[in-house]
Amino acid sequence: MSLMNLTAVQLGQKIRAKEVSVQEAAQASLESIDAKEDRLHSFITRIDRKKVLARADEVQKKIDAGELTGPLAGVPVAVKDNMNTKGVLTTAASHILDNFVPRFSATAVERLEQAGAVIVGKTNMDEFAMGSTTETSYFGPTANPFDTTRVPGGSSGGSAAAVSGAEVPYALGSDTGGSIRQPCAYCGATGIKPTYGTVSRYGLIAYGSSLDQIGPIAKDVSDCAAILETIAAPDEKDSTSIRRDSYAFTKSLTEGVKGLKIGIPRDYFGEGLDPEVKKLVLAAADVLKSQGAIVEEFDLSLVQYAIPAYYLIACAEASSNLERFDGVKYGYRTKDYEELHQMYKKTRSEGFGPEVRRRIMLGSFVLSSGYYDAYYLKALRTKALIKAAFDKAFARYDVILGPVAPTTAPKMNSSLADPLKMYLSDVYTVSVNLCCLPGLSLPCGLASDGMPVGMQLIGDCFREDNLFRAAYAYEQARGPVVSPFAREEAAK
Amino acid sequence: MAHVIDDETIDYVGILAKLELDGEEKEKAKKDMAQMLDYVDMLNELDTDSVEPMTHVFPVNNVFREDVVTNGDGSEEALANAPERKENQYVVPKTFI
Repeated sequence: MSLMNLTAVQLGQKIRAKEVSVQEAAQASLESIDAKEDRLHSFITRIDRKKVLARADEVQKKIDAGELTGPLAGVPVAVKDNMNTKGVLTTAASHILDNFVPRFSATAVERLEQAGAVIVGKTNMDEFAMGSTTETSYFGPTANPFDTTRVPGGSSGGSAAAVSGAEVPYALGSDTGGSIRQPCAYCGATGIKPTYGTVSRYGLIAYGSSLDQIGPIAKDVSDCAAILETIAAPDEKDSTSIRRDSYAFTKSLTEGVKGLKIGIPRDYFGEGLDPEVKKLVLAAADVLKSQGAIVEEFDLSLVQYAIPAYYLIACAEASSNLERFDGVKYGYRTKDYEELHQMYKKTRSEGFGPEVRRRIMLGSFVLSSGYYDAYYLKALRTKALIKAAFDKAFARYDVILGPVAPTTAPKMNSSLADPLKMYLSDVYTVSVNLCCLPGLSLPCGLASDGMPVGMQLIGDCFREDNLFRAAYAYEQARGPVVSPFAREEAAK
Repeated sequence: MAHVIDDETIDYVGILAKLELDGEEKEKAKKDMAQMLDYVDMLNELDTDSVEPMTHVFPVNNVFREDVVTNGDGSEEALANAPERKENQYVVPKTFI
């Protein structure tokens, strides 16, 4: 058993009880990363060992002095590389930012550090979070800890692999259309995309600003609640952050599911869903039913329209957000140019990868004069209809339960050739972002190919409490899901 | 209806997106965009004439605060990552030619 096989909350308890020092916890993470990175490649940047240990020392002193008492004090963490970390390279997995060292940290990162987190590195991801496999990273792909010939999912694939592979107890991810939930499903990890506005986006490199949220990726549901409690807060620096009535997520965990109304959308279990995934997700619903939840099937409607609406809105916002990368203020600048516009164009064409260029072009087109109404406004009208469908569902149900992804993790090099097909695999996750809803992904078993399957719990806005109740109750019945890399760590 | 993106359109998109597309890339971009537009045309099955575009899910209100300076001179931070700088300024190539 290694310290890296503990959950973040368990490790934090041992640190506070002085059974384990912060240095020992950091060492265990650094050693695990050393032993596995050539096979997993979860990280873009690993923070210098001396710096990590110095930081561990500083945190230990604050714990000893009674200044740090929270659940995550002294626990190592990895941060997705689209969140700014002061003084540490932050690339968004893009060539255009491959020399960018931010002079400030994202609010979510700052909040973790104030709580005594020890950051060990920045995780790999799809370039600018655009992709579902982590294969669009400028720095090469990450492998799935359950089968290294498969992708970890994306875009937070590095964070999910680092957690599932027991390199770190937990990590931060971001989710624009499923980028926390889908890699968690593929890697057997647990993660939540909170209600939009719950976690500040300040310092998160923007993709689709109306859709992006930061959230935890962890080994279990309790960790997710504790991490979310730490990072969630209103923030003056993010005008879309929201002051919630309650941030007490952990207290919901043990409330049980007796009387909880769970709706299963029939339209999430139709054509395209792998029969094994279907069976495992429905079996999980039966477990909740046996614990006293009221489980019913219903028709959500409009499911097939979520992807076209999502991609139009996400690409439109991306084309606007990524205008800032122009070779003037930071990042890569092309070597050979004569005038300003040529410099912009060459810098951006050389600096962005193919998937990013594709989305910027589509976004620029749908926002352009003559097409704005037909595409962009049409997508926003569709979003209103989809939101109304969820409102109707949440008038009857506390939680919507369904799959996260139609299949288990695909093989490497099998997805990028057909982008549209890759986009379609986001069918169960994108509506949650469009409608600002919270969505939690947790494993519900292994398919016959040995790969984990995830189930998704969706709640109404600000009702993370219901998700934590259901997820925790199910998890107690399920037991742990452990990757071969985590077993290797445990055997040390 | 199948979309066809012509050279003029893709060149215009290139200007808007500030991207340079060479021959082969341009052909691929034309095909990719046409394929995506064919796909998103699915939205036309929905009657949305009486539906307002939803920009924000939550009601948005102005949030006011006192206009007090809380940060110092951040110019050194702002310029620290510049590809090229001169004293307190970003350097850009010729703008008029």
